[in-house]
Amino acid sequence: MDEFFSTTLGMFTIMLAQSLLVVGFVMISLLFLVYGDRKIWAAVQMRRGPNVVGAFGVLQSVADALKYVVKEIVVPAGVDRPVYFLAPMLSFVLAVLAWAVIPFADGWVLADINVAILFVFAVSSLEVYGVIMGGWASNSKYAFLGSLRSAAQMISYEVSLGFIIIGVIISTGSMSFGAIVAAQDGPYGLFSWYWLPHLPMVVLFFVSALAETNRPPFDLPEAESELVAGFMVEYSSTPYLLFMAGEYIAIFLMCALMSLLFFGGWLSPVPGLPDGVLWMVGKMAFFFFLFAMVKAIVPRYRYDQLMRLGWKVFLPMSLGWVALVAFLAKFEVLGGAWARWPVGG
Amino acid sequence: MTIAALAFYAFGITVVASGLLVVLARNPVHSVLWLILAFISSAGLFVLLGAEFVAMLLVIVYVGAVAVLFLFVVMMLDIDFAALKAEMAKYVPLAALIALILMMQMALAYGAWTTSEVADRLRGAPAPAPAEMHNTRALGMIIYDRYLYLFQAAGLILLVAMIGAIVLTLRHRTNIKRQDVLAQIYRDPATAMELKDVKPGQGLG
Repeated sequence: MDEFFSTTLGMFTIMLAQSLLVVGFVMISLLFLVYGDRKIWAAVQMRRGPNVVGAFGVLQSVADALKYVVKEIVVPAGVDRPVYFLAPMLSFVLAVLAWAVIPFADGWVLADINVAILFVFAVSSLEVYGVIMGGWASNSKYAFLGSLRSAAQMISYEVSLGFIIIGVIISTGSMSFGAIVAAQDGPYGLFSWYWLPHLPMVVLFFVSALAETNRPPFDLPEAESELVAGFMVEYSSTPYLLFMAGEYIAIFLMCALMSLLFFGGWLSPVPGLPDGVLWMVGKMAFFFFLFAMVKAIVPRYRYDQLMRLGWKVFLPMSLGWVALVAFLAKFEVLGGAWARWPVGG
Repeated sequence: MTIAALAFYAFGITVVASGLLVVLARNPVHSVLWLILAFISSAGLFVLLGAEFVAMLLVIVYVGAVAVLFLFVVMMLDIDFAALKAEMAKYVPLAALIALILMMQMALAYGAWTTSEVADRLRGAPAPAPAEMHNTRALGMIIYDRYLYLFQAAGLILLVAMIGAIVLTLRHRTNIKRQDVLAQIYRDPATAMELKDVKPGQGLG
């Protein structure tokens, strides 16, 4: 058996199995995330939420997914067919693609490349194409307007996300997630993690992640009261399902990034307890809970407020923070809390 | 043929084919989409060369930012593409002439090309092994340590260009309403709202 796994075909089989494992994990958690999202939202509004299909309605997402798949695909007149069908596929594939470099525990990663964080950033900067192409190819004014708003929003918040990530990279001296998490390993458990030295940026990253993934309170692309459903208004059936799934996977990816960059990934918060994949999954679930709570609690931003927040508040703050972190790291202020390259890189 | 070679040919053929389609596509939006495919495939070529940092930057900067701008501009254009294409047929002979002249010039330049003796040795010199220093760090050393002043000068030139573009396009219009965000934030119900008790049949008068 060992001989087989050292041949090209064997290695290919292993990689395929690993990829399927990660995609399976993402897809199954997607089903429960949608269910959890609706349940949390319902609980805040004192409703019951989905409770019919399966015990406590856990199978509601499965039923919804099946419903979308078996529906008829309605293609409006005058659409640009190749681009129209490419857009949802692109947004789904790109959302799944970024998981290739996300580690779940020490060494549990599909592709351990040393520019992993740049890869995630590059893939998430490509996600805007699904939105633009979908809106343009639909041949509808409303979809087009929605896609323009959405694209502008995604581009704006990507900039500050990038600067926040640069701060973490400066502290670690490496772009690999393994090194970033290793740099947060310390004697004080959860107080060794980056959220403490990088505290202001944790808040900024969370808000930017909300805006980047078009989640409420920044869900202007699909603001149901003003724009129907933004760029996906002309989509139905499976293409619509792909857009939805891509959106939720991107949100889940942001949860993973939060826990890897600032909250120690798979490290245990209490010194002495074993580290492991359960911590990572637990942290991701916790951040998803926060995302769901924000959706339930915070009212929607106006579009000009959103743009002002992105360009005039977040961008200068994160840029200033990069310069500040560079100084704090260079002169090893506070015992080198910002300079962890001996441990990480 | 190894997997790397297969990947090289796949990326290379995609770059060339999508580059051709950028020019040949009837719809300018499709042209930009092909251009994006060309960018992504050349990023793949960079990865094969072992320059993964440059590859990621290519995707982030060119595909994630520059091409989005292209796409915005092209999508907003209101042009009759058929008419534009008909116009194009008229200019084909001229374009062919220019291409021919350019090709002849290149051939002339290449014919007069002499190779210096040290060039072969320099090209054969071993590049630093990826294990010793990976290319993000190597690029950082070159840009921020060795050629810091040149890099800063390049940055200043870009800054000047940016300021120039702003100065050229900035218009001061007097008759528009501007938002005062602070005033909006500090508005409270006491100053913004007035409650009146309306008597039946009399109105507010």
